[in-house]
Amino acid sequence: MPENKSCAVKTTCPYCGVGCGVIATVNEKGNVSIEGDKDHPANYGRLCSKGSALGETVDLNDRLLRPQVNQQAVSWEQALDEVAEKFTETIATYGKDSVAFYVSGQLLTEDYYVANKLMKGFIGSGNIDTNSRLCMSSAVAGHKRAFGNDTVGLCYEDLEQADVITLIGSNVAWCHPVLYQRIEAAKKKHNTKIVVVDPRQTHSCEGADLHLPIKPGTDATLFNGLLCYLAEKELLDNDYIKQHTNDFDAAIDAARKTAGDIDVVAKCCDIGVGELIEFYELFAGTEKNISFFSMGINQSSSGVDKVNTIINVHLATGRIGKPGMGAFSITGQPNAMGGREVGGLASTLAAHMDFTASNIDRVGRFWETENVATGPGLKAVDLFRNIDEGKVKALWVMATNPAVSIPDATAVERAISKCDFVVVSDCINNTDTTRHADVLLPALGWGEKSGTVTNSERRISRQRKFLSPPVEAKPDWWIICQVARRLGFEQGFDFQSEADIFREHAALSGYENQGTRDFDISAYTNIDNHAYDNLVPTQWPVNDKNPEGTQRMLTNGHFYTADNKASFIAVTPRPPVEITSDSYPLVLNTGRVRDHWHTMTRTAKSKRLSRHVREPFAQLHPATAAAYNISHDQLLEITSQWGSVVVRADVTDRQRHGELFVPLHWNDQFSARARVDTVVNPHVDPISGQPEFKHTPVHITPVQHQWFGFMLSRKEYSLPMTYWTKLREENNWRYEFSDTRPYTIDWFKQRMRNGREYDWIEFVDEINNVTRYLWFDEHELQGCIFTADSYEALPARNWLSSQFSRFELAMSQRTQVLTASGDSNIEDQGEVICSCFNVGKNAILDCINQSCASSVDKIGAALKAGTNCGSCKPEIKHLISSSAKQRLPD
Amino acid sequence: MSMSGKKIIVIGNGMAAIRFLEQLFEDDASTYCVTVFGQEPHAGYNRILLSPLLSGEQTLEDVITHPRSWYQDRNIELITNTRIDKIDSVNKCITDHNSDIYHYDQLIIATGSRPFVPDLPGTDLDGVFTYRTIDDVDAMLAAGSHGKRAVVIGGGLLGLEVAYGLKTRSMNVSVCHRHSTLMERQLDDTASRHLASILIQKDIEILTEANTLKLEGDDRVQSVVLDDGRQLPADIVVFAVGIVPDIALAKAAGIDCERGILVDEKMQTSVHDIFAIGECVQHNGITYGLVAPLYEQAAVLASYLNGDKKASYQGSINATGLKVTGVNLYSAGQFNEDESCKTMQLSDAANRLYRKLVFKNSRLIGVLLFGDIRGSNWFQELIESGQQIDNIDPLMIFGEPELLLPPSHEDDMTLPEANYA
Repeated sequence: MPENKSCAVKTTCPYCGVGCGVIATVNEKGNVSIEGDKDHPANYGRLCSKGSALGETVDLNDRLLRPQVNQQAVSWEQALDEVAEKFTETIATYGKDSVAFYVSGQLLTEDYYVANKLMKGFIGSGNIDTNSRLCMSSAVAGHKRAFGNDTVGLCYEDLEQADVITLIGSNVAWCHPVLYQRIEAAKKKHNTKIVVVDPRQTHSCEGADLHLPIKPGTDATLFNGLLCYLAEKELLDNDYIKQHTNDFDAAIDAARKTAGDIDVVAKCCDIGVGELIEFYELFAGTEKNISFFSMGINQSSSGVDKVNTIINVHLATGRIGKPGMGAFSITGQPNAMGGREVGGLASTLAAHMDFTASNIDRVGRFWETENVATGPGLKAVDLFRNIDEGKVKALWVMATNPAVSIPDATAVERAISKCDFVVVSDCINNTDTTRHADVLLPALGWGEKSGTVTNSERRISRQRKFLSPPVEAKPDWWIICQVARRLGFEQGFDFQSEADIFREHAALSGYENQGTRDFDISAYTNIDNHAYDNLVPTQWPVNDKNPEGTQRMLTNGHFYTADNKASFIAVTPRPPVEITSDSYPLVLNTGRVRDHWHTMTRTAKSKRLSRHVREPFAQLHPATAAAYNISHDQLLEITSQWGSVVVRADVTDRQRHGELFVPLHWNDQFSARARVDTVVNPHVDPISGQPEFKHTPVHITPVQHQWFGFMLSRKEYSLPMTYWTKLREENNWRYEFSDTRPYTIDWFKQRMRNGREYDWIEFVDEINNVTRYLWFDEHELQGCIFTADSYEALPARNWLSSQFSRFELAMSQRTQVLTASGDSNIEDQGEVICSCFNVGKNAILDCINQSCASSVDKIGAALKAGTNCGSCKPEIKHLISSSAKQRLPD
Repeated sequence: MSMSGKKIIVIGNGMAAIRFLEQLFEDDASTYCVTVFGQEPHAGYNRILLSPLLSGEQTLEDVITHPRSWYQDRNIELITNTRIDKIDSVNKCITDHNSDIYHYDQLIIATGSRPFVPDLPGTDLDGVFTYRTIDDVDAMLAAGSHGKRAVVIGGGLLGLEVAYGLKTRSMNVSVCHRHSTLMERQLDDTASRHLASILIQKDIEILTEANTLKLEGDDRVQSVVLDDGRQLPADIVVFAVGIVPDIALAKAAGIDCERGILVDEKMQTSVHDIFAIGECVQHNGITYGLVAPLYEQAAVLASYLNGDKKASYQGSINATGLKVTGVNLYSAGQFNEDESCKTMQLSDAANRLYRKLVFKNSRLIGVLLFGDIRGSNWFQELIESGQQIDNIDPLMIFGEPELLLPPSHEDDMTLPEANYA
């Protein structure tokens, strides 16, 4: 329901850590239109494909709208009493460490703050961890080791000032598209050099000057090698090292032992010496130099070390704290930084304070509690292991889906299902996690909730509501405070609004700080409600010294360590914990696709976003595919010692031989067996506890199915085939499926009936083993099912999907649907490259080939593709360059 | 009348005979001198159009396709109302019922067939009819009028056409059929069910597995009694339970006959210079009751007599439609498949649309189209040619690929009756 009629509200995007400003307008029909906020310094009006499609994701389908206890709808009173009672009981019987919260970078800072305060300050356990653990906890730990605090000193404007940007383990083109666009624009303006360090040839490589497809896990050697190279070429900033750092000698010694010889480095990283030297020279010779890193670095059993090898080279050259330089960690979630600020990670206490005695004392005094947790709690992977072992008996999951997102997900799901008492507060009804909840609490979603978030450049922005709370959904902070009061902590949780919480959060950040802690927003301690409502995006610290915020940090060589000097970290590179073997000879890597987000609870609602990548897939090199007798588009099973998935093969030379890439998004709600974290190993970095998502040894086998099909239907169904996937299209759901044996028409009819008799059109071709079924309600097409004995024999789906836009089908059109080829205007468009204007790959290729369109701009002029959000430009660029390659004679 | 050429006599003026004459004179090359004897009073008419004549959807003028002038234009002597009683193959002459004698050089027997009437009590009562000629139609129309009760015995092609015709003439019509499947020689169960439901919708009563025991009445028929005891009141009864090749004349002349007059691939009988075509003929063990095979026989014979010594009749497939308004039906070849066959089927039950193609060893051997008969000619050609079809496309069910109609965008969104025509 619209909050205000046709009123434009400034808020921020709920997806990645770029934290773009969004203007949401609800029209009189209740539809939400979205545009980029030109005044927001993160994006200046730009939005990516996901952000642009936000309006499609605010419907109430599959929303959790009422509190439930044991699948029964109950009142809020009953649900909250139940939660409080069970937590009280558990704590009384098994102690305070027998309960835990597992929360999310999707929470707003205010929600996060009260959750952390409740667990660490009043229940008195460290057992609150967040899904940010999976995302950037290695960066946090790396920052702390080097700088004393978790300080990201840079700002986005630095990307425009840099002369070289090295993207390390970051497919920024797909995962942070707006930053990619800023980088691309900067490159156009003053020829910024772009280097990509990534085993995969991602779309971030389009237009890059150099791609180093290193062997997975060898980043630390690469950067140790760079440190040695800088030393050898006498390009170190010895003054900076001397004045502002400690432990350089140990770091260079360690580096020399493993990466002192450039040939050894090249061999270890499995790249050419020439390209290695090119990279080193580029780095060495360029002052304004940014090392931009994300999950490819962080998600490793040696992620913290990798982060520090990157920071080491910036400390060693003094390229830190000045415009256009530094090691820049980019977070994955909209409020990962906010979570870090409040202390939502189990390893921190609150407000960038660790569990030192003085911090515990200070926070206890501030919160007026004597019950502050005395040490770190269980980190995500350990937490679920402890649940599985029965040590943690009551769990509250907030706004996240651990049954999908944590490695060895089968064990995680088993743990959740075994856990004595599971509360899930979420805005989505059906997830792989909610299905195991004892209590479900309906939380507000994006557009309904209100508070603040912090993006990757420390910029605090307001998320504002423009929709009314649906049915009985409540803000997360309200839910947490209600439970806290019922646990007997009335005095600490008497907040009336999110602004109340924000003020306390600000006060704590400045409490006995005096410049010892980087996080300080004490200027907001007394912010009034009106000013809070109108808060403009501001980078912290925001305090007496910097009342307007702070663009850059670490500018004066002053760090948050005891002697205010930064620390070099001596790193001896470690290989991934699990290495390949005869049984598991291939390496599985996981990551994101452009148009989906996390476990798809939001993005799969959007028809636009579902068109880009329609099925879970595994990318593998042609040679790997050939070795395992797997052809393009065939299903394959990927098995590790933890589990297996079945996904479709995407054979491409963008992948290294012997390595696979599978997207992390798909789960049991959208596919039969594509929950890739059931395959991923559960090893973590010993310091950060961040899992090694990017490196799991696996073996693969082709899946031999005899029966293939797809179904388009207006209604949603659950299918039991060995393989199925589901996605949203304009007016229908689309299912792809296959199995070892056919399902009969009667089986389908039974399934679709649901108390109604439909008119069925049936086509059975015994010669080709083809069946095609349509069903109608009166004259309205309700669905169609096409099956064949091979995947290739199935017709293109697009024209068929378009038939669902018709209200009625005339007689002659009914059977035409069976031909699946009715209208030449609706050709098979292939995968949709431009989500904003629905431009398919085939149209773009036609334009390239027929009109000789040779640039992204020309394609844009002809087809509009890439002219709105621009997230697809790297792919268009790739299509142009690969077509050009094809045209060249051998 | 030119007497210069060879003298041909055609006994019979039905559809086979007329097609033969058309073909014989097609390229004006014929030097034959032809005489045709017809037992009915009419010139050439299209027996297939008797059903629309009966229903009143067409007139007598529509049905008479070949008026006397047509014969005159070709110097063909047409002698109607005349029955031939005897063939003397030794002296190459025939005798009519007036004992007039006509000589021939070549004789064509096209005597057709007679309706079969089972030997049941009451079949000789007034008001009991068969359905073969214009006179039969006239007699039925004279006997049956608005509101009267008609019972049609036989739910095959002709029976159903009669039933529909009488229904259109506002009579109350019941059809008694021995089998569970209407038109079981042309349809399978599915198509039969669709057909029955259309006929029932048209208020024609359909009784299947209904065996007639006897007809009752004094002078005029009053009811039909079935062997299960059911009694159907009837003002008229029409027998449409099959046809019998009319071979009496040939048999008496010593020409070899079995069920029909035996012919070879030139349509030659066992006697030199005597040929036979049409429903009276048995070729390769098969007699035919549908028009297409007769036309093919006529064409072969005409070509042969015109000097094409290679002309050869290889048998026909049975292809048929049903002339009932609102029913579009086409059936050809074999369609009650056995295990060695593979089928392709399309069914839209709500709209009584059904198509079945039957293949054996990659050859199309049967086709059944109900509701939408587009593509029937192409299917028939495929069956007749017996060609092996490589890469059988599922879309083949819709007919010849090039002729597949794109969906019309002007198409209104209403649903027409089950009728594509």
